[in-house]
Parts: sequence; structure tokens; C-alpha cells
Amino acid sequence: MSTATLPSTSRPTMTQNTTASAGAPALNPAYIQIKDFSFYYGAAKVLHGLSLDIPEQQVTAFIGPSGCGKSTLLRNLNRMNDLVDGIRHEGDILVNGHSIYDPLIEVIALRKRIGMVFQKSNPFPKSIYENVVYSLRVAGRNGKAELDEVVERSLRGAALWDEVKDRLNESAFGLSGGQMQRLCIARAIANRPEILLMDEPCSALDPIATAKVEELIHELKKEFTIVIVTHNMQQAARVSDRTAFFYLGKLIEYDVTTNIFQNPANAQTEAYVSGRFG
Amino acid sequence: MPKRDFLSSDVKPAGESWVWVTSMGLGVGLTMIVFLLGMILWNGLEVFWPKPVVQLELRPGSTAGLNNAPVFGGEIVKSQIKAVQVRADADAGDEPPQREYQLFVGNKDIYGFGYKFIDHAEIAGESRPADVIVAERLEYGNAIFRPKELRLADGTVLPAAATAFDRTLAGLVRESNDRRAAIRRIERDEIGAINRQLEKIRLERRALENKGPLVSPADQRRLADFDAAVADLQARYEKLAAKARELRGLQSVNRIAYTTMDGAERTLPTGDLIDYYRPNQLTVLNKAGIFAHRFWKFLSDEPREANTEGGIFPAIFGTFVMTLLMSVAVTPFGVLAAIYLREYAKQGPFVRAVRIAVNNLAGVPSIVFGVFGLGFFVYVVGGTIDQLFYSLSLPTPTFGTGGVLWAALTLALMTVPVVIVATEESLSAVSRGTREGSLACGASKWQTIQRIVLPASLPGILTGLILAMARGAGEVAPLMLVGVVKLAPTLPLDSIYPFIHLERKFMHLGFHIYDLGFQSPDSEAAKPMVFATTFLLILLVVCLNLGAILIRNHLRKKYKTSTF
Repeated sequence: MSTATLPSTSRPTMTQNTTASAGAPALNPAYIQIKDFSFYYGAAKVLHGLSLDIPEQQVTAFIGPSGCGKSTLLRNLNRMNDLVDGIRHEGDILVNGHSIYDPLIEVIALRKRIGMVFQKSNPFPKSIYENVVYSLRVAGRNGKAELDEVVERSLRGAALWDEVKDRLNESAFGLSGGQMQRLCIARAIANRPEILLMDEPCSALDPIATAKVEELIHELKKEFTIVIVTHNMQQAARVSDRTAFFYLGKLIEYDVTTNIFQNPANAQTEAYVSGRFG
Repeated sequence: MPKRDFLSSDVKPAGESWVWVTSMGLGVGLTMIVFLLGMILWNGLEVFWPKPVVQLELRPGSTAGLNNAPVFGGEIVKSQIKAVQVRADADAGDEPPQREYQLFVGNKDIYGFGYKFIDHAEIAGESRPADVIVAERLEYGNAIFRPKELRLADGTVLPAAATAFDRTLAGLVRESNDRRAAIRRIERDEIGAINRQLEKIRLERRALENKGPLVSPADQRRLADFDAAVADLQARYEKLAAKARELRGLQSVNRIAYTTMDGAERTLPTGDLIDYYRPNQLTVLNKAGIFAHRFWKFLSDEPREANTEGGIFPAIFGTFVMTLLMSVAVTPFGVLAAIYLREYAKQGPFVRAVRIAVNNLAGVPSIVFGVFGLGFFVYVVGGTIDQLFYSLSLPTPTFGTGGVLWAALTLALMTVPVVIVATEESLSAVSRGTREGSLACGASKWQTIQRIVLPASLPGILTGLILAMARGAGEVAPLMLVGVVKLAPTLPLDSIYPFIHLERKFMHLGFHIYDLGFQSPDSEAAKPMVFATTFLLILLVVCLNLGAILIRNHLRKKYKTSTF
């Protein structure tokens, strides 16, 4: 059986980026295309014909009150909702021009290329080291030198290396909440995905840890296309390039972040971002 | 406005006064368990503590003694108020309660019984002669006597008062114990090896004969070879048997002469003695030494005299091996079933029905599993194995009869619901977030289960195994159908190739308790053994469980999740 995989992007890796940034090709403004996408849990329709394009190597924030469907949409981008019984969708989602619902695409291969960070940090009951290299191990890559390199690069990428480099073989459960969440980010970027989905990554963190993660998001967008769901308006304003506002399963407004927060076109958006409802 | 007292009557105490009902439930349960364990512990260990021997002088004219002798004696087992049978017409109102002793008189070869009751009213005097010896013998249980002299093979007679008496007797007993071990080695190991070779030749010969008429010279030569080998083995057997006979003869050349407590004179070959001590000369330290020695003997020896004497090592070992085999069989089976039920099967009415059926399987009487084990494992599976691989030794069954393997599988079948339920519980305790984290890393479902879910639920799986072992190790009824015997000549694990003999029958502590307590010819003699065996069974189960608990705690520390 042959399985199709998503074609690799032509974009350079981070190392190439730093050395030869001048000759970088133009970024795709519609890297992820969501086309008239509707989604059902059983009989309940939770997403109503959404359409939006997410640009490459930018941070796109999904905001909106609880239950508006922003997490559901995010979890559809790497088909994490497949696990739920009785789901159904209409429309399509394309990554780099290819449908993620293409029956020839293996969902495992898809998830290898779309990393995800969850609301509640969920380190595995393993050592810090094994947590980071997990995505490589399940892909059958067990070379010691490669793993060591990935651990250091990913932990540095997640701004955690200096704090844990002396205890890589200790349990991940010995870390603080903020460290655990950064470990989950390190784990998500270890296999060098192209897209990083973040589902309220700072909702359980204190302000200092939140600041660290936000700083990290700024760094990471040099390499990854980031989609972040957040409840925190200031956070969306601080970290994102573009912002989408959802309400009751509908996309109300989608624009450059500064426009959404300073000059929203829609009255509902204005009411929400100014804190008058939601 | 009057100042309100904060603790005055309008503030009702908010104590929960009925908490004690819940604590009482636990309290009653705990009390019963502690009482039961305490009773087993006390009665089981007390057997090994040497008791003094009393000599009782009877009232003149009393006929309560043995053989009408005026004195007799033994170890006091019990002193109790006599259960007097009061006739309806008698005036029994003011009579003081009568007491009686239960004595262990020993010397069963002379009296024909081991225990005797004697009324206090019949006793005129009580003393503890210092020279009394309690001797453990090969047959007829313990002897209790006062030594008179040693009659040695060379004609020397050594009176009990002589200073060399004790040293000589101890030397003789040690010598005869060594000789007995030598006889055993010859008979069991060396002659046993010859028997195995003879059996092998017999089977080879039969295989040859089954081929058809033996006319070719090669066949004839092989037959002659067989005959020669058999003759050779036979000759070696004769030699060994003669040697064993000679050693056995030496066991009865020295004799000890003694008087029993009631004055009768007897002699006994020193080769019959296994051990002896002088109960009335022991200090507490001596007694503790003898206690430890006897307890160790009980743990490490084989049973004698229809299991009422000697040790219970084969039963301990059989229980241990059977329980381990059962664990090895039940764990993968139960865990795989649980993984399918919880992780892969589509949750619906059918899976719910299966789950209920599995739970109810735990409530099926164990004897039903025994019958199934006999019908399916022993007759069908074992019978087929015999047909295919052991057809030469038929009609003697090899696997087609009860054995430790079939017993282990039967118990595995019986305890598999416990493991399934516990595993399912612990699988479902692994959080959804952890699973999603693994899937988001590009792991397949099986990789997630194998690398994340199973390790995290190992402590819970071990809990299930602990429960299964506790249930399996204590089970008796099904085992009686599928391989437990009263006395197994060999262990299921030994130094003879292929080392693990899964087809062998075995002894089991639980069955041993039943056999001693209810099938023994002398229930009084068996009673202490029942307690001691029960104590050991509990000890074994506790040890096995402790082992599993230690592993579980180690794993818990390793994974340190808060889900268990």
C-alpha cells in the first residue's frame, strides 16, 4: 500500500535561514486554507462554514468566548478530533495546497508535520530526555547522536535547556508547571514540524512563565507557522500577527491583529475585544 | 444589646456524630481478621515450642492409667473444665467443676493412640523427672521415655547414668541420620537414574517393535544392544540395592533400651531416631533453639507418616511454582483482553455485555473451573499432546492426567476476570491529555498504548495480578481435579533434564490443609499441623504479594503520576 504524504515545503530550515536569509523565497500567504468548513459533533453543528487563510511563518490567533468553536477548529487542523465518536465535517482544509482529508494521507504522517501544544501540559511519564525525543522514537529514529542533538536543540528552542540540562534523565513530573509546558513545546518542535498548534498554552501558567512562553512564540515564528487559541486579549495582541474572532461557531472577523484590536470592522468584535461581553 | 456568648446554645455543634457507624464497620472487620490471624499464628507456631513432660502418679486403685500402671505421663496439651454429663435425676448443683488434662503420651507403637484425657480427681501427684527424653522417630510419631541403657553393636552396654551416654547417643543419632541420607541418595537419585534409563530403553524398543517384524540384521543388532544395556543396568541396580540393604541393616545394630512413663521396658534401634531432646532440662534459650530447629525442619523436610509428621516443603514449593506459572499465564492473557476491550473495541451494547460477562465469570464457583480444566485441559489438550508426542508410553498418560501446568492454566482461567477488570480500570485512568499528546507527536494508536498507556498503567495491572495471586494461591477445590495429590514423590522443578516438569503432579498447601484436617487417621495429631500449614500458606501468599507490591511501588515511583 502506498500512502501519500504532504509534499514538503520549499522553505529553508532555520539553520539555512540564519546563514542565507537574503535569498529566502517568498512565504505562502495562504499556507493553511480553510474552505467553507463546517463541523458536527453528532447532531450539533459547532462550526458554520468557516473560510480563512493562514499565512506561513506568522502567528495567527483565534479568539472568542468559550464554546465559540475556536479549539474545535484548531483540533481539526491536525485531525485530533478524529478520536471523538460521531463527528462529521463539510468543506475542506488544505495545508500547502493539499487536503488533510485526502484519503491517501496518513493521519500519522500529518501529525508528524503539525505539532501541537495543549492547554494543560501533558508530559509523558518518562524522563525529560525521553519526553523530548518521543516523536523521533515513534518514527523509528533511535540514533544516539541524533537524539542528543535534537534534545539540546529543542530544549534550547523552548528556552528550557539551561534549567534542565543537568537532569535530563529525571522524571518530567519533577518540573514546575511552566517548565512542563515549555517541555511540551520542546517535544512538539523536536521533530521539526512545519506548523505548531497551541491550544491556550498559557492558561495554567503564572505571569512570569507566560511571559517566557510568549517570548518563545516570537522566536518560534521564525521557523514555524503558529496557530494559537487564547482567551487572553492582551496575549493575542502581543504575540499574533493576525487575529480571527469567532462567535457561536461563526467567523466574525479576521484581519491583521492591530486592526482587530484598534479598528475592528464588526461591532461584536469591538464589544468583545474591549471587554464588554464574552 | 446583651453581649452574645459566641458558644451559647444558638450555635449548634456541627460534629458528625454518626461517623462512628462507618468506623465500626471497619473496626469489626479488622478485629475479626486480627483475631483469625492471631489464632492461626499462635496455634501454628506453638506446635514447635518444646513442652515439659510431666509424670503423673495416680490415686491408689485408679484404673485411669495405661495398662493399669499406677504412673504415666506425657506433655500437657490442654487443661480444661470437664464437660460433665449431668443426668437429669442427679443433684449436680453444688458440685465444683471438674478439671481434666489432655496429655500427649506419645509411644503410639505401644498404646495405639497418641492423646489421652485424665481427670484431676484421679491424680495423686505430679512431677517432672529430669531424665525424660522426647524422641522424634521415623514411625509412630514421638516417643516419650526415660532411658535405661545403650546396647551397642560390639556388646558394650552403656547405662544412662554414665557420663558418655549423652555424647554416644548424639553421635549415634547423627550417624544414623547421615546413613539415612546416604540410603536415600542411592535409592532416589542413583536407582532413579537407572530406572529412567530402563524406561528410555523400553520406549526405544517399543518404537522399534512398532515398525513391524524385526528381520533385518541391523534391527536384530539393536535388539541385542537393548538386551545388553538392560542387563548392564540390572546388574548396576543389584549392586546399588545390595549397598542400600547393607546400610539399612547397619541402622538397627545399636539399640537404646528405655522405660516408658508407665514403667514398661522397651528397646528401639537408634537408626529409628531422628532427633531427641530432654524437655525437662531445657532453659528458655535451649527451647528457642529447638523451636527454630523444628520450624526449619517443618519448612524444609518432606512429609512422613501420611503427612502428619515431618515437613511440608513439597507443598510449599508446589504452591509457589503453581502460583508463579498461573501469574505467567494470566497476565498477558488478561492484559491483552483488557487492551482490546478498553482501547480498540467499539463501545456499545455488545462490549458492555462482554464486560458484564467477564465480571460475572469471577462469580462462577471455582469447582466449575476445575471440572472444565479436567474436561478440556487434561482430557482434550493433554490427551491430544499424548497422542501426538508421547504415544509410546501410552496407555500411561503423560500430559493426559492432572499436572502442575493444567492446574496453573485452570486457575489462570479462573482469575483472568480480576486481571481484566483491574487492567481496564488502570487503562482508563490514563488521561486523555496524555494520549492526545502522544498522538500529536505522530505516534500511532498502538505506539501510544505500548509506550505511554501501558507503562503508566503497570502499577494498576500489578494490583490486579496481586489480587489474582491471592485468590489463586488459596484455591483448593479445582486443583483436586487437575493435578494436586496427597503425596508427590518428585517436585515440578528439579535438577533432572528438562528441569521444569510441567506434567508432574504436585502438592499444594491448601490441599494439604484439607487432607490433614479432614482425611487424616489421627485428627488430634493433625490439628497442630493444620494450623502450622495454614500459617505457612498465609505467609506464602503474603510474601508473593509483598514481592508484587514492591515491584509496584518501584514502578509508581518511576512514573510518579497522581492517577493511582
